[in-house]
Amino acid sequence: MQDRFDRRDFLRLAGLGGVVVASGLAGCATGPGAAQASLADDFYFVQLSDCHWGFEGPPNPDARGTLGKAVAAVNALAEPPDFVFFTGDLTHTTDDPVERRQRLTQFRDIAAGLKVKTVRYMPGEHDASLDRGEAFQEFFGATHYTFDHKGVHFLVLDNVSDPAGAIGTEQLAWVAADLASQPREARIVVFTHRPLFDLYPQWDWATRDGAKAIEILLTHPNVTVFYGHIHQEHHRMTGHIAHHAANSLMFALPPPGSQPKRLPVPWDATQPYKGLGYRSVEADPPKAAYRIEERGIRA
Amino acid sequence: MNPTFFRRRRVLLTLAALSVAAGAGVRAFAQPSAAVIRVVARKFSYTPGEIMLKRGVPVDLELVTEDVVMGFNAPDFNVRADVIPGKTARVRLTPDRAGTFTFYCDIFCGSGHESMSGTIIVT
Repeated sequence: MQDRFDRRDFLRLAGLGGVVVASGLAGCATGPGAAQASLADDFYFVQLSDCHWGFEGPPNPDARGTLGKAVAAVNALAEPPDFVFFTGDLTHTTDDPVERRQRLTQFRDIAAGLKVKTVRYMPGEHDASLDRGEAFQEFFGATHYTFDHKGVHFLVLDNVSDPAGAIGTEQLAWVAADLASQPREARIVVFTHRPLFDLYPQWDWATRDGAKAIEILLTHPNVTVFYGHIHQEHHRMTGHIAHHAANSLMFALPPPGSQPKRLPVPWDATQPYKGLGYRSVEADPPKAAYRIEERGIRA
Repeated sequence: MNPTFFRRRRVLLTLAALSVAAGAGVRAFAQPSAAVIRVVARKFSYTPGEIMLKRGVPVDLELVTEDVVMGFNAPDFNVRADVIPGKTARVRLTPDRAGTFTFYCDIFCGSGHESMSGTIIVT
């Protein structure tokens, strides 16, 4: 326990100006899943998102340096995370399949600099929508999968390999079957790229059949979703499910519907890297709670 | 062949013809004629990029693409269609309020996909 509080103190004190959000969910732990979870330790992981490797332009004069700075920052954490998860758009899209693979290669080589034992990936539409995830799978394997860690069941949901931004009936059936195999009180975390709910469809900030996924997820009381795509911190509840969007590591986007066009937030030379960053998430499985800390990028 | 068979066949054909006519009548009643606006999609724009409409006045949008599969989505009016090369997609749109609204391609179509959108202006 002492270690847990030390780590929380570290997370609180070592933040780089990010906003701290407490996300307590679902109240007290009861039932068989909770009994299982109560045996587990708390832990923390790091979420990095929307690196858009290959992007060049005024919204980020340090386009080729920002990802490396994030990797160095994660490596400098006093206590390494249990794992790192990239929630898609590892690369910026290109119509050229050869260039796509070059970008994935370069991204993979930079990410390999993470001094963390376990690093997991999923695609964004920039990585996967033009070839239905073919290139991504060559580098990083499956686009949807599950894994378990210290009492939490993680479900990685692909809503980008279909260029229509849908999950699809086959994968939805897979999700339903996977959840059916979990105890009702299981602690479930979903990683996905697009928002599963209609955040702002006018900017394509939605998943075409996301409502069906949420309907399935709602059958379990302890579900939390972490996603990317919208290049900004954002938090929303659908029923008892919390959805947390992460910042980008390339350029920020404006709040949903705040301007006519979805254009990147201009680079501010007086506040370089403003709006960019990554997050640490401390999981407390017995309480089904997640403490999120947003972390910026330093020059 | 006996006469009864032919009589039954005639009756069935007549009933079929009547049902087709009735169906057409129902369709005509449900879908009164409307102005047609042809919208051409190509990487990575729509022509026209601005669609001018009148509140409460229906229009039929004829949607075609000159290259790859595109989407047409006007979420404020709950109207969307897949636009397939070589085919014409048709959607009816009756704006129920005035204002400026976005339509966009919702099928990832290439490096300029994210800027592929247009405006519906309703007066």
